[in-house]
Amino acid sequence: MLSISRRILAEIYAHGLRDRPLEACGYLAGRDRLVCRYYPLTNVDKSPEHFTLDPAEQFAAVRSARQYGCNILAVAHTHPASPARPSPEDIRLAYDPDILYVIYSLLEPPTVKAFSIRRGQAVAAELNIEE
Amino acid sequence: MNIIINGQAENIAGENLSVAKLLALKNVEAPDMVSVQLGGEFVPRADFETAKLKENDTVDFLYFMGGGGGGGL
Repeated sequence: MLSISRRILAEIYAHGLRDRPLEACGYLAGRDRLVCRYYPLTNVDKSPEHFTLDPAEQFAAVRSARQYGCNILAVAHTHPASPARPSPEDIRLAYDPDILYVIYSLLEPPTVKAFSIRRGQAVAAELNIEE
Repeated sequence: MNIIINGQAENIAGENLSVAKLLALKNVEAPDMVSVQLGGEFVPRADFETAKLKENDTVDFLYFMGGGGGGGL
């Protein structure tokens, strides 16, 4: 389960619109499953169909989150032209078993979902949206 | 040996500990998909076996993050 505010969801959505048609990506940091911060990161693939986080930015985000007493809870990315469900590539490349994967589809109507992906199996995770 | 691993102070038994051995101790299943910084500097994957940790080192590791929607519906 992951709790996230509408404000932070709006940040992800705005990032997605800025970068569209490319996929946008970032880290979600927080505590006790409550997201308190979004770190927009560079999609080094610069692709409408793929994303890869910049490792140097990943480390910087992790260290920043620590300063706020937070951990990385999830990685978020947009699907500019496909639904909010893990693609085969999302599943194949999900190596970190300890975080959730948040996918924000920019198709109308925009939708956001969270998933746990472990050993090739994606399972929907509860996403609690707070005001 | 006292090391700070991903921001947490830990005591790891043994000496002459390599980055590769540390990742194994931390149950990293896909070390080829992990980036490591030792003292804030990237350790090339080719050096994981030879890069050694010493007392009071700071080491961070995180997984490659990528994927993609594939474009269409």
